Amino acid sequence: MLGRLRRVSWTQEKIVFLLAVFMFCVFSFSLNGFLSSGNLITLVRSVSILGILGVGMAILVIGRGIDLAIVAIYAMSAAWTLQLANQGVPILLAMLMAYLFALSAGVLSGVLIAYVEMPPLFATLGMASFIYGFARWALVPLFVVYMPASASGIAWIGGGFILGLPTPILFFAIVALLGFAFLRFTKAGRFTYAIGDNPAAARISGAPVRPVVVLQYAIAATVAYLAGIITATAVASMDTAVANSSLIYDVVLVVVIGGIGFSGGRGGIRNVIVGTLLIGILLNGMTIMNIEYTLQNVIRSLILLAAIITDSVLNPLDEQISQQGDI
Amino acid sequence: MKKGNVFATVGIAMALSGIAGHAVAAGMDDPRRADYIKTFDGKTIAFVPSTMGIDLTEGWASALKQQANRLGMKLEIRDPHLSADVGAQAITALISEKPDVIIAHNLDVQSYAKLLKRAEDAGIHVIQVSMRSNYNSDAYVGADWIAVGEAETQAIVDRCGAGTSGKVAILVGQPTAGSDSGMLKGAENVLAKHPEIKLVANQAADWDANKARNVIATVIQQNPDLCGVVGFWDVMDLGAAAAIKESGKSIALVTSGGGEQMACDNVEKGVFQEEIAYHVMDIGRDLNDVIQVVLESGLPAGKEKIVIYSPTTKITKETLRPGLCWSVKNLEK
Repeated sequence: MLGRLRRVSWTQEKIVFLLAVFMFCVFSFSLNGFLSSGNLITLVRSVSILGILGVGMAILVIGRGIDLAIVAIYAMSAAWTLQLANQGVPILLAMLMAYLFALSAGVLSGVLIAYVEMPPLFATLGMASFIYGFARWALVPLFVVYMPASASGIAWIGGGFILGLPTPILFFAIVALLGFAFLRFTKAGRFTYAIGDNPAAARISGAPVRPVVVLQYAIAATVAYLAGIITATAVASMDTAVANSSLIYDVVLVVVIGGIGFSGGRGGIRNVIVGTLLIGILLNGMTIMNIEYTLQNVIRSLILLAAIITDSVLNPLDEQISQQGDI
Repeated sequence: MKKGNVFATVGIAMALSGIAGHAVAAGMDDPRRADYIKTFDGKTIAFVPSTMGIDLTEGWASALKQQANRLGMKLEIRDPHLSADVGAQAITALISEKPDVIIAHNLDVQSYAKLLKRAEDAGIHVIQVSMRSNYNSDAYVGADWIAVGEAETQAIVDRCGAGTSGKVAILVGQPTAGSDSGMLKGAENVLAKHPEIKLVANQAADWDANKARNVIATVIQQNPDLCGVVGFWDVMDLGAAAAIKESGKSIALVTSGGGEQMACDNVEKGVFQEEIAYHVMDIGRDLNDVIQVVLESGLPAGKEKIVIYSPTTKITKETLRPGLCWSVKNLEK
């Protein structure tokens, strides 16, 4: 039985996709109003930030990197934008300054990894604390920053509607498309797969490995800044607590559960979308069922563990992959 | 007037002015004052907030600092940034450093309970501010959460009676926090008396506006005729407000919070229909008074069991007036 299942090539993406479809069907039949168009829009809307951050993370993981600082950049750069606006800086200038902050944080991570040759896990773990600490110390004295009236010109970014769709969904779609185009059609995108597959071989074949790695982290920081501005404008405030929350694990999770392996070189944006939708369906269904908060966390982790266990049973690690730096 | 009377009047007047002159010349010492000053001089107050940078803790820290400066005490703030682990480490470190008073703003009812007992066993007075722990230390100062929950829920019940769907959602921050478990109890007390109100959702959002937005958006999708939302913290409830605004429906949102200017601004804009405010500076004053009481009493740590519930005010469009809210920006540094 197991042997036959293996022959059908059950990738994790397929398993998670089927799981998502299964949960979707169960909720559609059992929960009143789950299938309404309004609820489906709400469902996607509620995970679009997660999905946007997931796209940034996916590009890194495909290139055999990881950025644990992505959520710190997301929270602190958006918070600094609002802080600057509160201090009377024109909103567009504030956005530019905060974006440069986010970008330089990303580039610094990239340089540490590509040129100083630190392992991405440790470099970005350190960067996450540094970005949060530095921003709280020097840029954003308050834990929660409110959006001032002078910034209302950008309120549409997270709180608007275009063609009847909430803007965060559209941004998720645009970021996913751009991410797809980057990976598929640009040189740097193709090099990302090559580097993820085998960095040494990529270098020997002439790929500019170091600059491409820095570029990947710069892209992730840009995506993080966009996600931050969407969040901040959607709720008219930015809570820097998320920098230290479990959001970073959720971001890694939607990437990994979608089937992009830490060993690099595999997967694409489609995996992120599948992973994000599974989380969205779960969260939405459990909220409709009014399941208690702590129990929600238990159910969510059990379903995610089940998906990963199924994958490791059907696709056991082989000698080659496990040597490639699986973490 | 007779001559004698005139003399008498003049005499009394002279006598009085003489006494007055005498009193001005020699001030009287207050025999208790020197002891009072000595009691506090050089004492150390340690404050472990949930996190600095929010209106509540910034307000209290400012009040504590002013009193510490006035009475020659030292104030130490150990900021755990909303992490119970870091907070527990901070309290453990403080137990060996032996400050005279620890002020704990508990993240939940359990995390610090054993540590606070250990601190009192080590002779340190422990005052819990606004977020209680399961361990009852020397003093609790802060909001009466059950009353806040009752007042909030009553405000929604008043708005969602006959003629409405009667459907109500409750948005909790952290169900295990002393504040939210208390407010939930208060909400239950009121809802038990009003069977016509239907509680359609009771969800937690981790004090995070973004999660609150997602939860309330889903609840509104599921219950398009939702009448009201009871939110447990104004900073988080901004997210619920965003979801309500996006739905385009008129859904009442009642919240509670520290009465910072943000609350008054949002009540004025109609974002919140009502806030039950536990005025942060009132709690700060009560906190300062209790510090004086535990230090002056001379009792060993853990012997007193003081509870002080600070007053609350209702912020609605009708009660709005300048000065009703306080502002973090204007705090004394």
